[in-house]
Amino acid sequence: MPEENRAAFHRLETMLLIRAYEHQLVELQRTGAPGTCTSVGQEACAVGVVEALDARDRIVTNHRSAGHLIARGAEPRRLMAEVLGRVDGYCGGRSGSLHISAKELGVVLTSTIVGGELSMAPGVALAQKMGAGNSEPGGIVAVFFGDGAACEGIFHEALNLAVQWQLPLLFVCENNQWQAFVHRLETMPDKAISAWARGHGLPVDSVDGNDVDAVHAAAARAVAHIRATGGPAFLELSTYRQRGHYEPDDQAYVDSAELQAWLQRDPIRMQGERLTAKGLIDAAGLAALELRVRETIATALDFAQASAWPTPDTLLEHVYA
Amino acid sequence: MTKMTRMTVEQAIHQALREEMRRDSSVLLMGEGSATKQRDLVADFGAERVRNTPLAEAIVAGTAVGAAASGLRPVIDLLFAPFMAYAMDALVNSAGKLRYLSGGQFQFPLVAMGMTGSGWCVGGQHNHNLEAMFVHAPGLKVVMPSEPADFKGLLKAAIRDDNPVLFFTDLGLLYQEGEVPDAEDFIVPIGKAAVRRAGGDVTLVGYAKTVAVCMQAASQLEAHGIAAEVIDLRSLKPLDEDTVLGSVRKTGRLVVVHEASGLCGIAAELAALAATKAFSALRAPVLRLTGPDAPAASSWVLEQAAVPKPEAVLEAVLDLVAGSRRDEAAGKSRAHDQDSRAHHDQLAGLAA
Ligand SMILES: Cc1ncc(C[n+]2csc(CCOP(=O)(O)OP(=O)(O)O)c2C)c(N)n1
Repeated sequence: MPEENRAAFHRLETMLLIRAYEHQLVELQRTGAPGTCTSVGQEACAVGVVEALDARDRIVTNHRSAGHLIARGAEPRRLMAEVLGRVDGYCGGRSGSLHISAKELGVVLTSTIVGGELSMAPGVALAQKMGAGNSEPGGIVAVFFGDGAACEGIFHEALNLAVQWQLPLLFVCENNQWQAFVHRLETMPDKAISAWARGHGLPVDSVDGNDVDAVHAAAARAVAHIRATGGPAFLELSTYRQRGHYEPDDQAYVDSAELQAWLQRDPIRMQGERLTAKGLIDAAGLAALELRVRETIATALDFAQASAWPTPDTLLEHVYA
Repeated sequence: MTKMTRMTVEQAIHQALREEMRRDSSVLLMGEGSATKQRDLVADFGAERVRNTPLAEAIVAGTAVGAAASGLRPVIDLLFAPFMAYAMDALVNSAGKLRYLSGGQFQFPLVAMGMTGSGWCVGGQHNHNLEAMFVHAPGLKVVMPSEPADFKGLLKAAIRDDNPVLFFTDLGLLYQEGEVPDAEDFIVPIGKAAVRRAGGDVTLVGYAKTVAVCMQAASQLEAHGIAAEVIDLRSLKPLDEDTVLGSVRKTGRLVVVHEASGLCGIAAELAALAATKAFSALRAPVLRLTGPDAPAASSWVLEQAAVPKPEAVLEAVLDLVAGSRRDEAAGKSRAHDQDSRAHHDQLAGLAA
């Protein structure tokens, strides 16, 4: 199989894995586990961008991070253990789903304060640029945030600083149209995000966030620019939050016509159709892929549920250095 | 008899908003999703007065401050209390200070609402009892009720108050039910604590979720022959010093229980109050049972380990009363045993 096809295939499988993982979290919530913010419908953003990064790069993310983490190679079983508050989770159960970071993967700082990711990313990029810590030459930082975060003043503060200091920072706005229970068109002009970014004077690209190949191509261009110039770039990915803000959420406030239109453009379905059209996969092949990820998730669930609870005597560990 | 209706804390808050918006056309509600979540208020009072805001706490709070100084009475919903960090400049530096710094030319009748507390396993960026931070800021009032009637009565009082009021809702109480007076003129005055249970042996003080913790401990103490008085502070600023001091002068023992961490917290303030103004009445050291100096963890086990529990209060009070009775019987100074009891301080929440 040519490399290009192998990559397209791998993207599909990773998106399926993310979807299966989050569907499992939805099930778990229904039986009493803490609710999570899923990224169902946004898998192409995570997979396309993360694939354009390499091992020396760092990721800073937010509350809707499962896709970013899994695309970066996080083990679903340790993520699930974290969501369930168990010791084998990436953060020993302290984080739960909302602030999972995994230093070993380069997913360095995760904030569930909207805008928190944007406030920290320039500093991570500065450290990369200055060669601090264990950073390697040429490493960049990708920060994932939503359209809602672009409404916080810190968005502009981060952009301005990154431009003025020429920081190796890729801003990735996953514009999923929703800011919790409020549609973004209620809080900002339609084309605002890219226009605001352009106003700060850095390269801005807007692409279809549900087309994983297009996302990857745009991210690869932006990453190349950052490595070549040392300065920042901005990517707006237009996508849709298919499920509620968190689980459970009846989505009573969602316009069903809009949701239906976006469901037709589901990123996994689009990639499946593309591969089918190219003759790279057929129905049986797709079913086999789906079975494989389901098995991975079933094993992960067993692992997470068997993992121990932290003991109360560890409560004060990690508060101070 | 006052007519009452049974409702949850969430419903009581909603009823207070509705009544005050009806009563005073200068009251407006703003927040991320406020209009989406309360369509009925939009229908009754119009989109101008019930607003969804952009996701931008700093400008939501700043706008409330500017509007309050200019004839409106804004209520802002900042969702989870930690998000107030972005709003802190407007609340602390503007609303809290500009009345004074303008020589009294302006006033800031606004209410900033936020949820705190354990129970949802959401971790420290959502679950943070940071109420004392605002108590520390001059010019602000702070309330934190424990039962539906008080949520209604205090929110109404806060909206009518000409000062900025921080209104905290312990999220563990949101769906708790209670009887709430129907009367539109029902108000719970800010700065007035409630004695929830009378007793002569020890004073237990709590607010929000820990009032129930104290009540449970009090009924368990009864079996041990100890009569606990339970005070629900309701307002953290101004503090109802008279009610607390009156009780301490009667019981001689003060135990303060809150979920917020102990350092520079409400319990520390009450300990200082008792030591300063009721020293001669104290028969035992003041005890604080508080959350630890640590962010809230998400994992259920760790989250709950940080929260003061009735069993810990019971144990601490039994120890305290036994110790002080022993001392008094022996005619000893009450100081000598303090070290052995000090371990309750700060860490009692962990023991449960
Ligand atoms: C400072 C702050 N305000 C509010 C929230 C509550 N909240 C969490 S996610 C969210 C919506 C964020 O929208 P967006 O940035 O578009 O990201 P999305 O959730 O759509 O991925 C809100 C309001 C928060 N976590 N932090």
